[in-house]
Amino acid sequence: MAESGTYLYAIARDAGPAPPDDVPGVAGAPVRTITHDDLVAYVSPVPLDLFGEEPLRRSLEDLDWVGETARAHHRVVEAVARRAPTAPVRLVTIYSAEEQVRDLLHRRHDDLTAVLARVAGRREWGVKVYADPAGSSPAAEEPADTGRPGTAYLRRRQAGLRSRDDAWRAAVAYAEHAHAVLASVAVAAHRHRPQDPQLSGRDDWMVLNGAYLVGEDRDEEFAAAVDALRGQGVEVELTGPWAPYSFTALDLGPAGEEDGR
Amino acid sequence: MTPEGGRAMPTDRSRGAELAARGRLPPERVALVDLLDRLLAGGVVVTGDLVLSIADIDLVRISLRALITSIRAPDEPEPVRWPGTPRSVPPPGTPGDGCPP
Repeated sequence: MAESGTYLYAIARDAGPAPPDDVPGVAGAPVRTITHDDLVAYVSPVPLDLFGEEPLRRSLEDLDWVGETARAHHRVVEAVARRAPTAPVRLVTIYSAEEQVRDLLHRRHDDLTAVLARVAGRREWGVKVYADPAGSSPAAEEPADTGRPGTAYLRRRQAGLRSRDDAWRAAVAYAEHAHAVLASVAVAAHRHRPQDPQLSGRDDWMVLNGAYLVGEDRDEEFAAAVDALRGQGVEVELTGPWAPYSFTALDLGPAGEEDGR
Repeated sequence: MTPEGGRAMPTDRSRGAELAARGRLPPERVALVDLLDRLLAGGVVVTGDLVLSIADIDLVRISLRALITSIRAPDEPEPVRWPGTPRSVPPPGTPGDGCPP
């Protein structure tokens, strides 16, 4: 029989949200709460023969497993975030016992309270900007035909590379601009690294993968800012609203690994 | 630049307003890759308190790299187009950009 660990999903203010009993946690286990002072942690038991370090190492290389676990995690976070200011916890954060979680709530009470205050009344939006590598910059016009197919080919190819380079620079500059505009409407902004084309399933360049923490009263304004960035030869994708995943990082580790990028 | 992006969905200008009005996206419709951005690079990190150091970022990064490799076709070259390497040279036989008249 497997030992079990305590999987932590999120921490919220104890505004009373009961555990989402219609939303099972990872591995199908029911979610329960651990309350300490005015903080509440959402947890569920997980068997350590599946969620121990070694099995996890293997499981994390299985896309289906990762997807299933991520969605289960996300469902719980969503259910909680709909009702109270919530700090989602990173995927697969597991304690050996509930007591450790209670201890976390106790020792980090002030840090957690500060984080929850920062995200209260605010939601996260994701904005991705894609640019077409084919460039489309007007500089990419056909070089004159010299009559020699080899030369023409080489020139065309050079022009292609140049225009690709220009297109990249223009796209990157546009992404900076877009990020600045969106960040000015947001309370906080964070750039995730661009998604690997293998995972995004797209061939074009993702030049911005931003997350923006926006006051609920400024949603419309933010949406308008996003809309204003469309056109210009780029594709702009908006996702959300999200629970404030990108804005609840607590620098609790000994190494302080948060690098802000 | 090109006004239409190939297989782009007919997403449109009102999408933002519409999303904002509608509230949250149902969890099952969230793209996994967007979710992973957040679940692996965001969220409360409590490494200092963990008994099992499973949230270790290096572990997750290494595993994701393996994951990416595993879903890539075996004979496909490493895509090195981003960030900072804009010029992935087109394979022979695809001369530069398309040549509209």
